Amino acid sequence: MSAFSQYFTGFDYTLSLPMVLLTLFALGVLLIDLMLPVEWKRLNAVTALLGIMFSGAALFLRIQVPYRAAEARGMSLYRFTHGFGGSIAMDSFAIYFFYLFLAAGAITILMSTRYLEVEKENHGEFYALILLSMVGMMGMACGTDLIVLFISLELMAISTYVLVGFLRRDRRSNEASLKYLLLGAFSSGIFAYGLSLLYGLTGSTRLPQIAAMLNGYLATRPTDPILVLALITTATGLLFKIAAVPFHQWAPDAYEGAPTSITGFMSVAGKAAAWALLLRIFLYGIHPLRPLYLPLLVFVAIATMTGGNLAALTQTNLKRLFAYSSIAHVGYMLLGLIAGDQHRVNADGIKGILIYLLVYTFMNLGVFAVITSLRRRDIIGDELDDISGLWFKAPTEAVLMMTFLLSLAGIPPLAGFYGKYFIFLSLIGTGHYALASLAVVYVAVALYYYIKVVNAMFMRPAVDTVPVSLSPAMRVALFVTAVATVGIGLVPDPFIRAATWSLHLAQYAPVAQLLR
Amino acid sequence: MDPVATPYFFYGLSAVAVLSAVGVIMRRNPVHSAIALIFTLLSLAGLYLMLYAPFVAGVQIILYVGGIVVLFLFVIMLINIERMQREYQFNKQWLVGLLAAAALGALFVAVYVKGQSIFPQHAVRFPEQLNTQQVGKMLYVDYLLPFEIASLLLLVAIVGAVVMAKKRI
Amino acid sequence: MVPISYYLVLSAILFSLGVVGFLIKRNLITLFMSIELMLNAVNLAFVAFAWQWKSLNGQVFVFFVMVVAAAEAAVGLAIIIAVFRTRETLNVDRVNLLKL
Repeated sequence: MSAFSQYFTGFDYTLSLPMVLLTLFALGVLLIDLMLPVEWKRLNAVTALLGIMFSGAALFLRIQVPYRAAEARGMSLYRFTHGFGGSIAMDSFAIYFFYLFLAAGAITILMSTRYLEVEKENHGEFYALILLSMVGMMGMACGTDLIVLFISLELMAISTYVLVGFLRRDRRSNEASLKYLLLGAFSSGIFAYGLSLLYGLTGSTRLPQIAAMLNGYLATRPTDPILVLALITTATGLLFKIAAVPFHQWAPDAYEGAPTSITGFMSVAGKAAAWALLLRIFLYGIHPLRPLYLPLLVFVAIATMTGGNLAALTQTNLKRLFAYSSIAHVGYMLLGLIAGDQHRVNADGIKGILIYLLVYTFMNLGVFAVITSLRRRDIIGDELDDISGLWFKAPTEAVLMMTFLLSLAGIPPLAGFYGKYFIFLSLIGTGHYALASLAVVYVAVALYYYIKVVNAMFMRPAVDTVPVSLSPAMRVALFVTAVATVGIGLVPDPFIRAATWSLHLAQYAPVAQLLR
Repeated sequence: MDPVATPYFFYGLSAVAVLSAVGVIMRRNPVHSAIALIFTLLSLAGLYLMLYAPFVAGVQIILYVGGIVVLFLFVIMLINIERMQREYQFNKQWLVGLLAAAALGALFVAVYVKGQSIFPQHAVRFPEQLNTQQVGKMLYVDYLLPFEIASLLLLVAIVGAVVMAKKRI
Repeated sequence: MVPISYYLVLSAILFSLGVVGFLIKRNLITLFMSIELMLNAVNLAFVAFAWQWKSLNGQVFVFFVMVVAAAEAAVGLAIIIAVFRTRETLNVDRVNLLKL
């Protein structure tokens, strides 16, 4: 007993509490589901939401409050945040992302209840898998060890494969799941190969040690081919996961075939988790390689903005359209990582990425909440024709949808503006004028396809006459996302402060230097 | 102390591994592919033994050969393979795919041959004994959290497999 | 003693063979076997690096890669069964309801 408590201290327990609570509630959902009659299946959603609430409360009371207190007293944050022998860091960066995942998970569950009943696939496993994939996302945000990051990534990915194929009788759904799994497993293989090379070069799986060793190599042999190979394979795996062009082929298929609420979940929470992983590895682990990866990122960012925006122009399926739009948004976010010079990242750029991910969570989930509500008995409701004339059937929803779309386009009083604002600011501040102007051009292109949807809602007549009715849970989801989209736009200061705070990355000296 | 015949073992095992890997992707009948995969896995287990990794070699045989490949064979038995064999085996872009992968392989090999000096050689003695004990200790000391997450991953795999494959849940 | 780069070259060849199989085959089950080949190449690289650094971290990593491979295979084969049930084919080119 004593030997064990040496490796698993009460402190480790506290740090893992948000994940432990989510796991317990996921197991609870699986067990309770067995005893529930069909008409009571909604209780599963309640259990899952309770789990998210408890996890959020634990995160706030047991981690964030003590963290801020220690910060205020000027204590050394490194010892305070690192648990499990230094394999996780519950720093402000991780806390920020944890809140984001919890919010996205809760809204997704609210969106799903009625939808699953219409699809007749209302099983407890759905909610359990959402909670478990959130545990994986949390591991990706707080891990500082390659093994933790890899296994958490896979926990998230495999839960998502199953969620994508959850409508088992729908051929589109299991086809999407199959394609997603094949390409996901392929990219995991490449990613794992990159990790093996990183381990081989440095002899360690801990990111700080890897960074220190890489610094040593770069001092002696700046462009060793093996370093380049390690970088390319790792980066390819990561770019696959955030769906950047040319590694994006899985995204439109998976997004189109998945249950609509899961499409929303993947496009915000899954994406945010992949970004957390990418930022951890790029800023925390392989930041010495910045001169090598900068050209690669510039190429990928331009390709992603071009590919995503141009492909979105011609789509007629709403879920596919927003899949390409979400690819385009990844392109803008990549610009935030490019901003800076050969050795330093611009802090505004990273801040821009974090704010972007936050506002994107709410506005994109709002869009998918509206699309989810279009699914009614006998109507699949994911084509552009299905949303046309929405203003005449459900004016509130049409106005909300327009708000989300304008926010996605980046129109100033709404939240979406601030993500782009900081990224463009950082680009101009560090002299990347060409990239900044290109991005502005693509923002104009994106406006076109968002307006196309608005046009269909307000100007075209409705194709069907079946009324759109909202479940109470869906009302809450729409209310929260709308308030956040408008609210962050009108009162951005607290959120910008939160993003700035999360950038401390545990006061880790090399990163702090990098971000100066 | 090094065994004298080490290089011959290495060449023999790698030849088996590579040839049966080619068999995995060239055979028309998926059962043959699975059998070829077993040979690759077994020869890799031999290589792990040569690299002083007896625990990994054992797990390779028990988990991969005894678990994963058997799973493959079960699924092949469940579905109709005769139609599968009559269908065309390679897709239309096979040449592009082959060239791309060959270029990738050549790049890797060239890089390793050229850049091998970057890997430092250590004079430290490798812990040859009690390998399993030490790996086990490491799993509970340094990698306790990923070990627990791995258990969740297997839970997700069980739940996922039941959800996807069972007719009624 | 066999130098480390020999093992790495072998792992690179196996990895490329896995990539070849993934890119050119049409049969879904063989695609999964190709992914297993890729992961095995990764494992070989990890064990070789562990031997070269005289540290066991690489061997532990292999353990986790195997867990991932097992989970992926289980879920993947279950999805294959679901796909086969709805459309009676395992040819990846025929699974084409969603355009690419």
